[in-house]
Amino acid sequence: MKRLWRWLIPLAAVPVLALLAYGFRVSPRDIPSPLVGRPAPAFTLATLEGAPLGLETHRGKVVVVNFWASWCYPACYEEAPVLERNWRGYRERGVVVLGVDIQDKREAAQKFVGDFGLTFPVAQDLKGTVSVDYGVYGVPETFFLDRQGRIRVKHVGAVTDDVFRTTVDRLLAEASPQ
Amino acid sequence: MSRIAVIVVAVLALLGSAGRAASAQNSKPVNEQTVYEIAAHLRCVVCQSLSVADSPSEMATQMRAIIRERLAAGESPDAVQRYFVQRYGEWILLSPPRRGFNLLVWLLPLVAVAAGLAIVAILIARWTRRARGAAEPVVVDAAMSERIRREVERGS
Repeated sequence: MKRLWRWLIPLAAVPVLALLAYGFRVSPRDIPSPLVGRPAPAFTLATLEGAPLGLETHRGKVVVVNFWASWCYPACYEEAPVLERNWRGYRERGVVVLGVDIQDKREAAQKFVGDFGLTFPVAQDLKGTVSVDYGVYGVPETFFLDRQGRIRVKHVGAVTDDVFRTTVDRLLAEASPQ
Repeated sequence: MSRIAVIVVAVLALLGSAGRAASAQNSKPVNEQTVYEIAAHLRCVVCQSLSVADSPSEMATQMRAIIRERLAAGESPDAVQRYFVQRYGEWILLSPPRRGFNLLVWLLPLVAVAAGLAIVAILIARWTRRARGAAEPVVVDAAMSERIRREVERGS
């Protein structure tokens, strides 16, 4: 009986340690989005040049919606050339890249677009409604939409060539809606 | 031509402002306390351990504005909270709803406190029993008292 008690106390620490080991290994940033697999929320914003930018006009295409900000260094600075390069490479194949600039100053956003020579449409989400609609909790976050307009992949952090190509190629390979 | 354009713009502007006025009339007055209560239950997504009500961040400010707008449009506080849960998942709620697997979070502390109290009760019972045993008077028989008497005399 006494020997059992002596073992029981250190043994009680095992589940606590296991819980802590698990807790410290998972990143609190990796939160699965409940939106994956669901239709992407529609939005209409104005581009930095003042033209309307809506999701509806790109139905039937593979759409890459990228949330960014000019103050988001270095991740947004790393992925900007990647997005521009792949937008140029894929635009003829029915792929659209839309940039949504959040919590930013207009001048800073314009400078960012100019510095990286971005040619894909970029709009500012001034009131944050689109960000919340997409459940965005930081920048950069990128949503890959299939031709039916469903969110298929949510990527948190800078998009790499590899992520962009494998995801978009997979979505392009799927049959287009009738 | 340009005059027509001016007229068209003026009419559109009038229509626009009329529409805005109408929508402003339709919107319900929003109780700031309700906004605060909804915001207090939502996790600020860009902070560590802060609610949307407590955070001065731009994201939280925008979220409070969205809460206010949705209430003004006539949504119930529950519907507003459901909207945020739909977008961010239950993660956004500062206290997990009391059902299913989440019940573990609510029940485990109670179980731990009960187990702790039980252990303390057992230990206290054991210690007091031992102490009582130690305090029992030693039985002194005739031979022993004779020996004590002898040894005390020898010592003096």
